[in-house]
Amino acid sequence: MSETSGPSAGHPRVIAFCCNWCSYAGADLAGVSRLQMPPDFHVIRVMCSGRVEPEWVIKAFAAGIDGVLVLGCHIGDCHYIDGNHRTAKRFALLKEMLSCTGIHPDRLLVDWISASEGGKFQRAVTEFVERVRQLGPVDARARTPLAEAPR
Amino acid sequence: MSEVRVGVFVCHCGSNIGGVVDVPAVVEHARALPHVAHAEHNLYSCSEAGLSSLQRSIREHSLNRVVVAACTPRTHEPLFRTACQQAGLNRYLLEFVNIREHCSWIHSREPGKATEKAITLVKMGVAKACLLEPQEEAQSAVAPAALVIGGGVAGMSAALNLARQGFQVHLVEKQPRLGGRLLNLDRLGPTDEAAAAMIEPLIAAVVGHRSISVHMPASLAEIDGFVGNFRVRLGEGEGRSEVLVGTIIVATGAEVLQPEGLYGYGLFPNVVTHVELERRLKEDLPEIRSAVLINCVGSRIPDRPYCSRICCMQSLKNAMRLKARLPEARVAVLHRDQLTSGVQAERYYRSARQAGIRFFRYEPERPPQVVGESRAVAVVVRDALRGRELSLPADLVVLATPLVPGPDNRALSRLLKVPLDESGFFLEAHAKLRPVEFATDGVYVCGTARWPADVAESVSQAYAAASKAAIPMRSGAVRAEAITAFSDPALCTGCGTCVVCCPFGAIARQPWEGGRLVAQVNTVQCKGCGCCVAACPSGAMQQHGTTDKQVLQMIEACARV
Repeated sequence: MSETSGPSAGHPRVIAFCCNWCSYAGADLAGVSRLQMPPDFHVIRVMCSGRVEPEWVIKAFAAGIDGVLVLGCHIGDCHYIDGNHRTAKRFALLKEMLSCTGIHPDRLLVDWISASEGGKFQRAVTEFVERVRQLGPVDARARTPLAEAPR
Repeated sequence: MSEVRVGVFVCHCGSNIGGVVDVPAVVEHARALPHVAHAEHNLYSCSEAGLSSLQRSIREHSLNRVVVAACTPRTHEPLFRTACQQAGLNRYLLEFVNIREHCSWIHSREPGKATEKAITLVKMGVAKACLLEPQEEAQSAVAPAALVIGGGVAGMSAALNLARQGFQVHLVEKQPRLGGRLLNLDRLGPTDEAAAAMIEPLIAAVVGHRSISVHMPASLAEIDGFVGNFRVRLGEGEGRSEVLVGTIIVATGAEVLQPEGLYGYGLFPNVVTHVELERRLKEDLPEIRSAVLINCVGSRIPDRPYCSRICCMQSLKNAMRLKARLPEARVAVLHRDQLTSGVQAERYYRSARQAGIRFFRYEPERPPQVVGESRAVAVVVRDALRGRELSLPADLVVLATPLVPGPDNRALSRLLKVPLDESGFFLEAHAKLRPVEFATDGVYVCGTARWPADVAESVSQAYAAASKAAIPMRSGAVRAEAITAFSDPALCTGCGTCVVCCPFGAIARQPWEGGRLVAQVNTVQCKGCGCCVAACPSGAMQQHGTTDKQVLQMIEACARV
C-alpha cells in the first residue's frame, strides 16, 4: 500500500461532518474548554446529520480522505425530530458496503455528541484519528476488492 | 453571475487565533487560491474597524463572495452576513470558517500543524464560497403572544414584564399554586425581608393582569412550530386546549436535593435541610442550645461536580436567623469554602462572625460525622485550618443541599428541541453572548432552570429573557434562514421518498408539466434539515447553502495536499 497518499506520513486526513445543533456546538465547547486534540480532522458543518449523504463519504475516500466522522445529536434529541434516525440507518448500511469495497469500515464512524459534550467530542476525535492512523493512508488507486476488509 | 471574485478575511482574534496560527501565512496561501481576488487579516474582524475594512474591500475589489475565517458561525455568522448586506452583497454570499474553536484553541501546542489546518480549512471555505448563490429569505408573521413555562419568581417576573409591554402571555404552572420555591422560604438574604412580602404581590399582579392567562395546574402535551408560530397543546385537568404563541420562555426552576442517607438525614429527626428549617422558622422554633450547619452536602462531588452557588448564602442567612431567634445558642457553619461574593454578601458574612457564629472549614476527604443514637447530639469535624478534631454539640443539624435539575427537564428539552448541559440543566446558546437564549430562535431561558441562581439573579434573567422575547414579537415578523430544500422538477421522478422523509410535512407532490407529479417544498414549513436531500434517489432535491456540489468541492479541497 502506498505510503505517500496521505498528506504526510503518520498524519491521516479526516473529515468530521457535524450537525449544527449538537455536535458542532459540542466541538465549539471543546474549543472553548481548550481541550487539545490531534489537528488531523476538518469539520464540515451541516444542519442535520441526516443531510450527510453516503455518496459524500464514498467520494471522500475516493479523493484520498483517510477517515470520515459523522456526528449528530443523540437519538431522541435531534433538532429535526428524527433526522439522526436516518443517519443511523444509512451509515450502518454504508459500513456494511464499505467492507465489500475494500475500505476498512473503521474508517467511518457515526457517533452522537450533544452540545454539552465537549469532552466526548475530544475523545471521539482523538480515538478515531488514532484508529485511522493505525490503518494508514487510504489508497484509492491501489485499492482492490477486500484489500482492507477484516474478513 | 459574472466572474467569481472571492475575498478572504482572516481574523487574529487578538492572540486567540494569532497567538497560535500564523495568520499572515494563511492569508498568503488564501491569496494564491483560484478565484481569490483579495485576502487580508484583521486584528479583530468583528470590530468596527474589521467590519468597515471588510466592507471597503468588498467595494474596492468588487468582491462577490466573502470568506471570513475567525471564530464560530454559531455566534458570529449573522454579524458578518449583515456586514456583507450593508456593503451591497447578498447575505448568503458569505462562507464562515472556524479557525478558533476548531483550530487554534484545540491545537495550541502544535502551532505549525494548526497553521496547516487553518490553511486547509480556508481552502475548503473558498471552494464552497465559489459555488454560493444569492438567496431570498421567506418572511413569516410573529404572533404577539408568549408562553411562559413555570410560575415561580422567574416565570412570573418574565410574564408580567411581557404583559406590561402589551403582549398576551400564557403562563403554565404544573402545581396548583403560583410562587414556586419561594413559597417554601421564610426570609430572603441578605436583606432579610420576608419571602412572602415579595412573592405575594407578584402573584397578585400576575393573576390580576388581564393579558396573562394562567394555566394551572397544567402540563405541556405537545409543542410544534417555530419562532412566531408555536402551536402549544396544554393539558389542564381533563381538558385539552391549544394556544398559538410567537415565543417561549422556559422558567421551570429546579429542585432541592433531598439528602437521603447523608449525615444521618432520614435517620435522626433533628437533621433537616434548609428548606425544612425555613418552614420551622416560619412557625415555632423548638428551644435549642446548639446548631451545626453543614455546607456542600451532595454538591462538588464526583457525581455532582458543580457548586450550587446559593447554599453558602442560605447557610449564612439561616445561621443569622437562628442566632437572632436564640441568641444564647451556639451556631457553627461547616464549609468547604464559604463563598460570599459581592459587597452585600461579604458584609453579611462579617456581621455573622461578629454575632458569634463560628465557621470551620472541612476537607471533602474528611467529611463531618453526625453522632447520636435516636437523635443527633454532636458533629465531629476536623477543622482543616487548625488540623484539629472538634466535637460540636448539635441539637439541630442543618444540611445545605444543592439545587438539582427538575425531573421534567429531559422531557421538556425534547419537546422544545433545546439542549441540556452535562448536569441536566438547560443550556443556553452562549454563556456570555446569548445568556438567556437557546440556539433555537424564539425560545429563551431564565432562573434556576438554567443554573442555581438567587432571587435577584432570577429576576434579572427573567427581565432579560422577556426583553429578548419581545424583539421578534415587537417587529411582528421574522425571516427564515434561506437554507431550505428545493427540487428540480426536471430530475424529480415523483417517487415521494422525500415526502415520507420530511419530519415537518413540508413536501408535497404536485402536478408539473405533462401532469406528472413532482416534489414541491413549502419554504415556510421547511426547517432546512436536508434529510430529504440525502434521501432523494434521483438527485433532484438540493438544499440552499449545502448543495452536493458545494460539499464535494469542500471534500476535494480537504483531500488535495
